[in-house]
Amino acid sequence: MPISKSHLRTTKRHSGMIPHIKKKHKQFQWQRKHLLGLRELSREEITYILDTAEGFEQISTRSVKKAPPLRGKVVVNLFFEDSTRTRSSFTLAAHRLSADTLDFSKESSSVSKGETLLDTAKNLEAMGIDIVVIRHTAAGAAKLLSKNINACVVNAGDGFCEHPTQGLLDIYTIRQMRGSLEGLRVAIVGDIAHSRVARSDMWGMTKLGAQVTFVAPPTLLPPDVRQLPVQISYCLDEVVEKVDVINMLRIQFERLGGNAFPSIREYSRYFGLTVERLSRAKDNVIVMHPGPINRGVEIDSKVADGPNSVILQQVKNGLAVRMAVLFLVNQAAAQT
Amino acid sequence: MKVILEAETIRSLLASLADQVLLDTDNPASLAVVGIRSRGEVLAERLTHLLAERSQAPIPCGTLDITLYRDDLNSPQGNEQPRVRTTEINFNVDDKTIILVDDVLFTGRSIRAALDALIDLGRPRAIRLAVLVERSGRELPIQPDYTCISTDVRPHQHVRVSLVESDGRDEVVVE
Repeated sequence: MPISKSHLRTTKRHSGMIPHIKKKHKQFQWQRKHLLGLRELSREEITYILDTAEGFEQISTRSVKKAPPLRGKVVVNLFFEDSTRTRSSFTLAAHRLSADTLDFSKESSSVSKGETLLDTAKNLEAMGIDIVVIRHTAAGAAKLLSKNINACVVNAGDGFCEHPTQGLLDIYTIRQMRGSLEGLRVAIVGDIAHSRVARSDMWGMTKLGAQVTFVAPPTLLPPDVRQLPVQISYCLDEVVEKVDVINMLRIQFERLGGNAFPSIREYSRYFGLTVERLSRAKDNVIVMHPGPINRGVEIDSKVADGPNSVILQQVKNGLAVRMAVLFLVNQAAAQT
Repeated sequence: MKVILEAETIRSLLASLADQVLLDTDNPASLAVVGIRSRGEVLAERLTHLLAERSQAPIPCGTLDITLYRDDLNSPQGNEQPRVRTTEINFNVDDKTIILVDDVLFTGRSIRAALDALIDLGRPRAIRLAVLVERSGRELPIQPDYTCISTDVRPHQHVRVSLVESDGRDEVVVE
């Protein structure tokens, strides 16, 4: 029913500006079919992933929590180390993009029978998979895999090296709260030596203009810490008042030999985020934790559940960020 | 390059479009307008304003990003890599009569994607398609309900819509 071409006038001209369709983005092209770490990404690439993730947030809030971009694709979770939230977050992210998933763990695979990582991956690839999400105890495992198979590889944690999607979701959460990381001071507190999260956070956050301080007893700092683009503090009390973000890491009892600090109580007293310590921080300080939490060890329950805590927001954002990553690596693969 | 619509004509065509939409409905309160990013979004906002002014009813307006529903995501896209942006539809689409707005109807593929995206948000009572320019070159069986102007252009020609909000001026040209 074509409308008539009568020249009616409107009384009032609509003049509202719609800022986000202004050409704020140059024609940036996402080229990477693997996400191995944040160290190798440019500031522009990190920003691109975060911007993309914004578009995925609403999928989780609507009546049909699914969109079709990875329909017919297979995502394999290849986990050689225990994980609950990262694995379920990746699985849910893949399902929300309509991909099929296959779970592979050390116990259920032939690795326990002596098969190598590459053989396992090549066997999976022979079945026609598209994306491998890998977690491994060895640093560089994801990179090794990416050089030897055709599927896309997403690093979900390699040794003490990187956990890029956790870094991205931490950055995403801060950006959501503050608009930008430029000029923010971020303290990452606790078991830095055994934390790939600390490293991914550091690479990503410093690229986006934040200043990162590692806060830990010397025994929990990595040997190469002086070469990293961070400040170092051995005293949380010195740092707590000055920072905009406090990211509390979990004490990884399963990795500690038992002589990193004299006792858990002593550690909590000097490096735990207590209600009293938080009261000396900035009013709007953002409290983060990658989970799982040891309540009462590195963070008090009242702080973890308090108004400054964004811990559950991090989990929620993790889903959007992982959807964006799966989408982007698949897009890059489609270009070749 | 040939100018086929100028600012004044675009304004009056949108006004007529609003009149026609209201003539076809017995309950303006059930209307909602959804624009497809990015030019459709601007047109949807203008149409919503006109509809609300004429009907004195609050008309909800939203924006749809169809990237995740495109049918070419798994083929090489050259320099035109699709960029995912946000869908902003902050009202319940159930039982609404949705006026889906886009700037140009060409192959029909964007509209196919938009229909799928809309239906994942709920169950509208009806979806009607309104476009500023309808041009030849359809690849899917999709036709508009409301057309401001139809134009027969050659397959290699490009219809470019410029709007004040996004491009600084109102104009439609064929190049």
